[in-house]
Amino acid sequence: MEKVTLRDKAAIVGIGETEYSKNSGMSHRALLLQAAARAIEDAGLSPKDIDGVVPAMNLISFEDLAVNLGTEDLKYAVFPNMGGASSVATLSSAAMAVACGIATNVLCVAGWNGYSALRLSTLGKAADAAAGSPIPMSSMISKLRDFEMPYGVFVPAQWYAPMAMRHMHEYGTTSRQMGAVAVACRKHAQLNDKAIMRGKPMAIEDHQNSRMIVTPFRLFDCSLETDGAAAAVVTSADRAADMRHRPVYIMGVAEGHPVPADQIAGRRDMFQIGLSFAAPRAFAMAGITPKDIDVAEIYDCFTWSVICQLEAIGFCKRGEGGPFVEGGRIELGGELPINTHGGLLSQAHILGMNHVVEAVRQLRGDAGEAQVKDVEISLVTGWGDLADGSIAILRR
Amino acid sequence: MADYNKPLPRITAQTREFWEGCKRHELLIQRCSDCGTYRHYPRPMCPNCGSWNAEWAKVSGKGKVYTYMVAVQPFHPGFASDAPYAVAIVELAEGVRLMSNVVDCGPEDILIGMPVEVVFDDVTEEVTLPRFRKAT
Ligand SMILES: [Zn+2]
Repeated sequence: MEKVTLRDKAAIVGIGETEYSKNSGMSHRALLLQAAARAIEDAGLSPKDIDGVVPAMNLISFEDLAVNLGTEDLKYAVFPNMGGASSVATLSSAAMAVACGIATNVLCVAGWNGYSALRLSTLGKAADAAAGSPIPMSSMISKLRDFEMPYGVFVPAQWYAPMAMRHMHEYGTTSRQMGAVAVACRKHAQLNDKAIMRGKPMAIEDHQNSRMIVTPFRLFDCSLETDGAAAAVVTSADRAADMRHRPVYIMGVAEGHPVPADQIAGRRDMFQIGLSFAAPRAFAMAGITPKDIDVAEIYDCFTWSVICQLEAIGFCKRGEGGPFVEGGRIELGGELPINTHGGLLSQAHILGMNHVVEAVRQLRGDAGEAQVKDVEISLVTGWGDLADGSIAILRR
Repeated sequence: MADYNKPLPRITAQTREFWEGCKRHELLIQRCSDCGTYRHYPRPMCPNCGSWNAEWAKVSGKGKVYTYMVAVQPFHPGFASDAPYAVAIVELAEGVRLMSNVVDCGPEDILIGMPVEVVFDDVTEEVTLPRFRKAT
């Protein structure tokens, strides 16, 4: 029997983004719908053509999406629930649906009023508001609540800081190396029209002088909080060939979950993150190796998370992520340019759907001043909910 | 104690014995009755063998700092006057890990690998939190 594979069976044919700001002035539903409408238009489709919806997490309901798009026969609706890993995970779900004929045109969308309404840095106050009952954001948070919040652990920076401290202890990773990630993203943000940090260049000394939030994370190790949304439209490879833009084919996709997934403390190997499981599967599906990647959009909730993921993907060995990011290797013009839009650190925090959009732009040749030359294959990752991982390998 | 303004754990059917042990100043960790594997946080099933049978084993309370972080910026009003404060992941001698604070020791004096032992902090009438201090 022929081996079943998802490789090259689906393609991203439309992308869309809202304005990225600190005050959208729109409801989060309107924000997600605006990104959706723009992605659908970019694909040359009409909203009624969408017959599958995959929002990242339950940020918007299927009903809200369907009724606003005018969908008359919604054939597929599901959401991945992996925090920041959800955006990239929407692609695998959409690809499966169109490849199997479950749906024809699937909308993937993520976004929030991440500054004006739901700031992750205010989770501590949310814990109070929800005292005595599970916090609505996710079931994982409610577990954190009973065994970690009483000790003063509230926000993602505090969830991941102990991992980074252990990495520094075991491998000698330094704050300056984490700073190299922040500097690369900020440098790339200077070339991006939508970047919140455009016009605010940063040197490594600025990173080193920024205030400590939680050891080892300084302010500039932490991602932005942003209002905005982004979306992509996925269809089958057959249909994609006749559509408005050059298709971006999904070569390989996978998700992965660390063990145990609901807490970091109990993991025997703290650096065996979701992506450690997912990346080999995605590369096997794509039939390539990390050496073949021309540009990578790595989920950068924190600078150190990028270092950890570069190791998990296999761009370098375990423990070598710190030296790897130094010397401009991850900057435009370097061996492996990453986060060419500025990332969550310096463009905007759109839950990583902005990374998907940028990975597509690079393959279309539409990345403007940040265009990497001769891009054939791009990679995009997601990280969330205590280091669940997702990955997509895309080609033109 | 009435003005204790930090989040308290919810005592649930799953976690009651852990917190009741703490009130008696005993550190109880769930252990599979069939294969002997310790697990924390409390859960219904043994991840090693799938058994639903578990007992609450009194553990030594001695361990080492596996890793830690120092919270400099407080993100909760209840911790505003504590900052900077340390939160450690402690690996108990029994092999299981839990998150807690390291007390009686400045954040700058905490080291990965440092031996620690449990102390019990009766923060309210209902709740006692296990914390850790440097072991001699
Ligand atoms: Zn067992």
